[in-house]
Amino acid sequence: MTNSIEDLAKAKAFLIIGSNTTEQHPIIGAGVKRAVRRGAKLIVADPRRIELARMSSLHLMQRPGSDIALLNGLCHVIIREGLYDKAFVADRTEGFEEMKAVVDKYTPAYVAEITGIPAEDIQAAARCYATSKPAAILYSMGITQHACGHATVMAIANLAMLCGNLGVEGGGVNPLRGQNNVQGACDMGGLPDVFPGYQKVADPILRAKMETAWGTPLSDKPGLTVVEMMNAAHTGKLKAMYIMGENPLVTDPDLNHVEEALKRLDFLVIQDIFFTETAALADVILPAAAFAEKDGTFSNTERRVQLVRKAVEPPGEAKPDWQIISAIAGRLAGDKGSWEYDSSAAIMAEAAAITPQYAGISHKRLENGGIQWPCPSADHPGTKILHLGKFSRGLGKFMAVESIPPAELPDAEYPLTLTTGRRLQHYHSGSMTHRVAGLNTLLPEERMEIHPADAEPLGLADGDMALIASRRGQVTARVQRTDRIKPGVVFMTFHFPETAVNLLTIAMLDPVAKIPEYKATAVRVTRVRS
Amino acid sequence: MTTLTINGKTIEAPGGTILEVSQANGIRIPTLCNHPALAPKGACRLCLVEVKGSRVLQPACTFPISEGMEVQTESPKVRAARKFVLELLLSDHPKDCMTCEMCGNCELQDLIYEYGVKETPFVGDHHEYPLDDRDPFILRDMEKCIHCRRCIRACDEIQAVNAITMINRGFRSKVATSFDTRLQDSNCVFCGQCISVCPTGALTEKDSHGQGRVWQTTKVTTTCPYCGVGCNFDLNIRDGKVVKVTSNWNNPVNKGALCVKGRFGWQFLHSPDRLTIPLMKSSLWKEHKGTEGAPSRYEGFVEADWETALDAVAKGLLTAKSEDGPDAVGILASAKCTNEENYLIQKLARREIGTNNIDHCARL
Amino acid sequence: MTLKELERIRAKAQKELAVRGVEISPDSELKPPRPGEVRVVLRNCGQIDPERIEDYIAKDGYFALYKVLNMTPEQVIEEAKRSGLRGRGGAGFPPGQKWFFARQAVASRPAPADGTPPAYLICNGDEGDPGAFMDRAVLEGDPNSVLEGMAIAAYAMGATQGYIYVRAEYPVAVEHLQTAIPQARRLGLLGKNIFGKGFDFDVDIRIGAGAFVCGEETALIDSIEGRRGEPRPRPPFPAVSGLWGKPTSVNNVETLANIPQIFLNGADWFAGMGTEKSKGTKTFAIAGKVKNAGLIEVPMGITMREIIYDIGEGILNKKKFKAAQTGGPLGGCLPAKYLDTPIDFESLAAAGSLMGSGGLIVLDENDCMVDVARFFMDFTQDESCGKCPPCCLGTKRLLEILTRMTQAEGTAEDLQTIEYLTENISTTSLCALGQGSVNPVVTTMRHFRDEYESHVYKKFCPSGVCKGMFHYEILADVCNGCGVCRKKCPDKVIKGDKKVVHEIDLPNCIVCGDCYKACKFDAIAIRPGPTPKSRLPERR
Repeated sequence: MTNSIEDLAKAKAFLIIGSNTTEQHPIIGAGVKRAVRRGAKLIVADPRRIELARMSSLHLMQRPGSDIALLNGLCHVIIREGLYDKAFVADRTEGFEEMKAVVDKYTPAYVAEITGIPAEDIQAAARCYATSKPAAILYSMGITQHACGHATVMAIANLAMLCGNLGVEGGGVNPLRGQNNVQGACDMGGLPDVFPGYQKVADPILRAKMETAWGTPLSDKPGLTVVEMMNAAHTGKLKAMYIMGENPLVTDPDLNHVEEALKRLDFLVIQDIFFTETAALADVILPAAAFAEKDGTFSNTERRVQLVRKAVEPPGEAKPDWQIISAIAGRLAGDKGSWEYDSSAAIMAEAAAITPQYAGISHKRLENGGIQWPCPSADHPGTKILHLGKFSRGLGKFMAVESIPPAELPDAEYPLTLTTGRRLQHYHSGSMTHRVAGLNTLLPEERMEIHPADAEPLGLADGDMALIASRRGQVTARVQRTDRIKPGVVFMTFHFPETAVNLLTIAMLDPVAKIPEYKATAVRVTRVRS
Repeated sequence: MTTLTINGKTIEAPGGTILEVSQANGIRIPTLCNHPALAPKGACRLCLVEVKGSRVLQPACTFPISEGMEVQTESPKVRAARKFVLELLLSDHPKDCMTCEMCGNCELQDLIYEYGVKETPFVGDHHEYPLDDRDPFILRDMEKCIHCRRCIRACDEIQAVNAITMINRGFRSKVATSFDTRLQDSNCVFCGQCISVCPTGALTEKDSHGQGRVWQTTKVTTTCPYCGVGCNFDLNIRDGKVVKVTSNWNNPVNKGALCVKGRFGWQFLHSPDRLTIPLMKSSLWKEHKGTEGAPSRYEGFVEADWETALDAVAKGLLTAKSEDGPDAVGILASAKCTNEENYLIQKLARREIGTNNIDHCARL
Repeated sequence: MTLKELERIRAKAQKELAVRGVEISPDSELKPPRPGEVRVVLRNCGQIDPERIEDYIAKDGYFALYKVLNMTPEQVIEEAKRSGLRGRGGAGFPPGQKWFFARQAVASRPAPADGTPPAYLICNGDEGDPGAFMDRAVLEGDPNSVLEGMAIAAYAMGATQGYIYVRAEYPVAVEHLQTAIPQARRLGLLGKNIFGKGFDFDVDIRIGAGAFVCGEETALIDSIEGRRGEPRPRPPFPAVSGLWGKPTSVNNVETLANIPQIFLNGADWFAGMGTEKSKGTKTFAIAGKVKNAGLIEVPMGITMREIIYDIGEGILNKKKFKAAQTGGPLGGCLPAKYLDTPIDFESLAAAGSLMGSGGLIVLDENDCMVDVARFFMDFTQDESCGKCPPCCLGTKRLLEILTRMTQAEGTAEDLQTIEYLTENISTTSLCALGQGSVNPVVTTMRHFRDEYESHVYKKFCPSGVCKGMFHYEILADVCNGCGVCRKKCPDKVIKGDKKVVHEIDLPNCIVCGDCYKACKFDAIAIRPGPTPKSRLPERR
């Protein structure tokens, strides 16, 4: 998030696109509801009539994968009607003319054709966003989990810059991160192309810095992403994997392919708190401590680094992950002493020394409350809002992007579009939440949402079992007929391994971000006779 | 600045209510319906004070201060009025503190004690409602409800859900969902904010009953393991086990609010399914140790000691590296693990294996 | 709409009205004025067709509004204050003062940027006192007088939107308002730029769902906002922060219906009626044991005796007056010694009662004051919103004690507990409902303590109301043996030959009271002690 959670209360308008905020980020969702009740305007763009849509001034039900067209359309209307922040565009940005030239053809009528949203709603949304200042954009995986996800994020940034909504309280471009420490895992270099602090592995100066710090030469070749690793395992290029706290056999796209890939590995290590679906394929399984059983830090979606404190002992012989990693690394190094840390705080001290954004962060400081990075020095209070007065690259650059359709469009054989997501009561592959009895009571099984107009000709009644098939696999799930969803689209979550929706999804990746297209898969639905 | 006197003491304050100004000046006024996270309501009449010139007693929580105001917070009249209100509340409250989950953590109990209400002079009806355990997580014992409406306000002001309200009027009024249904049948999202603000044992955490009194537990503040919002909460610990999650009101992220997973989704910690010992594929164990090994509860796996397991991991990874090069090894970090752990595992990949094949499920 | 047009409509309507006349529907509640009455608020009721705005204009309707729009709001407030008009909803707060505070509040804040009204005017038509129907009569019979009053009030305080909050139990009032509002809009008397003076004002109806407490202005505001109606503590007063946090004036129907007349005839005219501190007229709904019950409008300062004996024509069945309950369930019961007290805000308050909205229930010697107190407590307890313990639980405890007393189970301690409860409920309750709920108990305890003591110590209800606490006896020296009681007795337990003194077979008498009511010669007396078959009454 460029801005802070607290900040949202100051927004005069929200554009929420590709985020079912009240279910996925309930605390932020409640904040949005409070702001709307106080009079903030709310525009929701989502193929489902999510809870927030009910209190929105406008609900734009776009086709999955048509977000760029919609965002370009909003920019088009705002430019055409002269509603943009001319001073901001002149002083703080570049590339306006190029962007303008691209969005020129995205007239409301043209965008209506691509997105299925009425043209007048597109105009109304554009005017609402442009004339309510500050306005915050919130988005989540509904934007990024497309083959064009990276481009869509650019289109969002264009819109925000156009209206001068960056570097202001109550504004901003605010991606909501799905997991407790997905922000921190990225910050700490858990990515194939960057060292901690997003320092490119390919940059010789940065690499040299890291080589000095770690006392060893380092590879300059960016590595493989998750899906690429699975492909490499499938083709036999990848021989061994060490997987910590992940369950790819439920969460990754195209599961049949993933299963085959993992089986072809020579060696697989799983480090987890439960015997997951993926663990069943492992050679060695290492029992890890859960969050309440160890010290450390998580970084949340607003870049706030916060302490995690040990409250209870791990069960049996389970150990905190950091101790396990140290023990393995020491063995790999052939020098156990070089990998001995006496505490999690000591690790943070080492990480902070080479991670510019974390330079001023230490466990000791965090005792008094979280700190939002960038925090360049021990006396720096942290940064609530990014891009205040100046972008990190100097001028903000408009990146013109064209609408890109999803890789797999519905056709005669697979006439519906499956879009996937999450629900309030469960979490990811469910290895944690399925072990909470009350959550299972509240949501015992997967339900595929389908519009009555689609269900009727298929003979599907509420509660029927349906077979959902894609080009890659098939699952059965109970049917929930609802007009919450756009006709032509069906919705499922990936919370239930027994209804593994990722058997269906496509491993088509965004070319830049390498995120799979979970949000648009062509499927066929048929009734299962009991 | 406004100058007023409270209990004869001259006080200067920039503004606010009598309660706020009193608290800022170390003068305690009892409250029941007031909660720092909620807008004042003036309902419970416990914070009544004497304001000179006012015909009736005034609630300190809503009454704004004004220049020259003279306030008495502990006069005999005020104390008598509070005792009267407590006597009324006690006349319709079960006297089962011995077994009540909230004993020792109950604001009503504390005030009854402080005001020495041994017995109520009022005999009459009291509410008889069955214990409502029809829902997961939230146990509703409406006989213990004192109608302070904190739960209703939390549901409205914090969560903006409005699943519960008062129904009926007079003595029959009751906190309930519309048509008094189960919470599951309302738009309740089971965030439990209602429990976090309930001053008595009317709303409690169902799964924590009998697990420990407030003085038997310790609290550890930590960060939620679920979504990316990063809410803080307090784990309540007794005998080395988490027994409850309670709100931590002092952090800027969630200010005490939680969702159903954050507040109630902690049971997995003590699940019997937790991995407690390293496991190795039976064949791998045999390869390393030459024995069959101790069978585990998972088919095809034997229980291993840490040394053997770690050695096997190192060997497996090094074999791939030495045979096919560092890029034949792939490592997945975790969005569930701490920053420190993610830092270490990428350092392991880059420094010890020599590959940048490090990623995690950020994109999933 | 211009003055010329309004005058033209008036001239035409007056002619039509003269020719057509109005068929006054027979109304048992609103009879033609009786001597002693002065009709200001009710002047048009029954005299015009309430569904024709032209009829109202024929009676100079909306001329006051025209006049007002040529004054400054400050002048309007000044004139209203000078008239001495006080709120007719119960508390008697001067409406001019309310508008003044609201106007100040509007001036102290920036104009709303979102196009919402800067302030609201609310007409409180949630008339809930049992037996009171003054507001209903006005809303049904002359809705335009209320609309005109609202427009004037809105202009004075700075509101552009008004709401009339009416009980759902008044369907005719709602219907007539639903007719009147569009008619006024069509003539430009509501809406934008009224009389071309740049004043915008419109009115919508909000229908209450039958909660007595919504007559309390802050609860009423909650209700309009779509919440459950519950009083809010004050401050902040609605004039500062009311409906949706905006400055709001809540004025009663009768108050507003007075406004046009004050501006047509001048403040001096209005101030010429009534007493020093209570000006103008007041409507009353007389009910109970009075011969000529119904709706009346009298000048302030008239005595209770004049109302009951002159206008009301005295007590039914030659019974003795015992008390008058004024001010509804939150008012008090005044005994005969107050019959010559002038009826105005101060005098009634001094006597421990209230003006209230104008309910007046006359009680005679066969009304038990403990039971009356119990009745009102039952009402208030039922209508308590449940927000504050003194009202929600305190009235319940009072009701339980009073119920016990009327069931011969009262104790000496109960008398003390009543005093403890009433004293504390009145000082600790949140709103006027809780604070006033004890008034019927307090006044009956004060003026009829002997009846309470009789109930407690003798287990005797001297008024013959509380079943199981008395029996009947035929007085041998009065009975002339007419036989009426014997014929009326449902259980045939009265024996006696014609022209011979009758006798009740007490062990078999159920104490139904039919004989007592039937006896024309006062030969049947109420005596202490139950009969075996006098069953306890069913109580809720």
